[in-house]
Amino acid sequence: MPEDNKKRAVVISARDVDFFYGDFHALKGVSMDIREREVTAMIGPSGCGKSTFLKLLNRMNDFVPGARLAGEILVRGEPVYGPDADPVDIRRKVGMVFQRPNPFPKSIYDNICYGPRLIGIRRKPELDALVEKALKAAALWDEVKDLLGKSAMDLSGGQQQRVCIARALALEPDILLMDEPTSALDPIATAKVEEWIKTSGLSIVIVTHNMQQAARISDRTAFFYMGELVEFGKTLELFTRPREKRTENYITGRFG
Amino acid sequence: MLRARRGFEPRRRRRREFVAILFIRLTGVLVCAIMVSVLAFLIVNGAGALSLDFLTEFPRDGMTAGGILPAIEGTLILALGALLTAIPLGFGAAVYLAEYARPGPMVSVIRMGVLNLSGVPSVVFGLFGLALFVKAFGFGRSIAAGSLTLGLLILPTVVAASEEALRQTPQSFREAALALGASRWQAIRQVVLPAAMPGMLTGAILALGRAAGETAPIVFTASCAYTLSSPGSVFQEVMALSTHILNLATNGTHIEETRPQQFGTALVLLAMVLGLSLCAIIVRAKLRKGRRW
Repeated sequence: MPEDNKKRAVVISARDVDFFYGDFHALKGVSMDIREREVTAMIGPSGCGKSTFLKLLNRMNDFVPGARLAGEILVRGEPVYGPDADPVDIRRKVGMVFQRPNPFPKSIYDNICYGPRLIGIRRKPELDALVEKALKAAALWDEVKDLLGKSAMDLSGGQQQRVCIARALALEPDILLMDEPTSALDPIATAKVEEWIKTSGLSIVIVTHNMQQAARISDRTAFFYMGELVEFGKTLELFTRPREKRTENYITGRFG
Repeated sequence: MLRARRGFEPRRRRRREFVAILFIRLTGVLVCAIMVSVLAFLIVNGAGALSLDFLTEFPRDGMTAGGILPAIEGTLILALGALLTAIPLGFGAAVYLAEYARPGPMVSVIRMGVLNLSGVPSVVFGLFGLALFVKAFGFGRSIAAGSLTLGLLILPTVVAASEEALRQTPQSFREAALALGASRWQAIRQVVLPAAMPGMLTGAILALGRAAGETAPIVFTASCAYTLSSPGSVFQEVMALSTHILNLATNGTHIEETRPQQFGTALVLLAMVLGLSLCAIIVRAKLRKGRRW
């Protein structure tokens, strides 16, 4: 949990972000600051814009036809959509883990090395060290250290998802985005991934449809509803003393 | 319980069921029987001509004796040449259509072109090849002209099969690669293409089977009736199995005497085409091993 008096540095800052899919107004004037080494959860009913917002942070919406963005998003003060911004660079800095585990049909080792190899790291000892470090960071090393040559597709769902986390971590990203990372996992695998999120010490932004999960693992929570950021604050406060009626209705299960 | 109306009693329902299934079975058996009888007809008439010499010797005595080695060689070379023509073009077009092209008039035109190309009769390809490769490019009747013509003929098949294989590759692979800092081309080359390759190769090999069996496209562009040696360059004519059958059966000097050779050649051609299809199945099974998505 963040110390109350000392504010942590802002890593991502969104200013008046509007986003359209064709005629559909998916995000309406969203402004928020995401802080360093905190877990920021985004909750809200399906279609509220939380995943759309997440994908804007590392330009994963770039290939959506008919999409349009207004407003500004800064990562460490640099505009993500500025004229000089390079989407490939941004994605290396802002890593992402997806809803369903999506390892490549390659060995565990090659999965983890994919990112590092893209930036020209080819020497075996260096790659070996990166693989070990990433797998340890993702709390998977002990389970797979003897099976690194095995296809990642042969692992369990929970292990696959942690391979994907390790794969993202191998690039040592500044920020990690997670789009409902446990929704395809069973409870035990979910617990492992949640445990990892809580103790990783990274700046993490996680979208979840599961309010209990947000309450369990996050420092701050943002509640999205119909494209608007309704409320954003310390997780404990948002869940115990919501300022907005709509937040209260949602967290008490009156809709959603 | 509501009582069944007249004509819907259980007994009638069961009888209808029986008749329907009987009919469906019969059609299945009939289709099977047709295939078996074609094969049996070929085997009965052609097996007598088959021997090791038939596969390894040149024809002799006005084609009434000897083997069909040059025709086997010619067909293999032409089919391979067709594949070498169609794969780069076809895979490239498929990647463009499946990965890069945004829906719009451009894509519609390309797709329409591919679709129409696959409906063009093969003899038209033959004439086109004659005009373009044989005459305009000055290749003459040659392996080069025939391969290019056959390549164009199978291009739509290769494009369609490859595009389908690319589309079946999960979107999540592309997302994963992009999110790890791959460019689009890197994501396609390193992740999407390897995943789609079994499907793309299967399509190509099946197309190869088709190319090997075609007659009309190579009659004008590549094949000769008789040759004394194996080809030494791609600008020479070759014999081919399909055109060899045509020649023996229609304009040879010994049409009746060469019947066994005609059927033997047909049998070899059929075996080759089926063999290629079998290859396609094996390649696909091998490459798909351990993959599930």
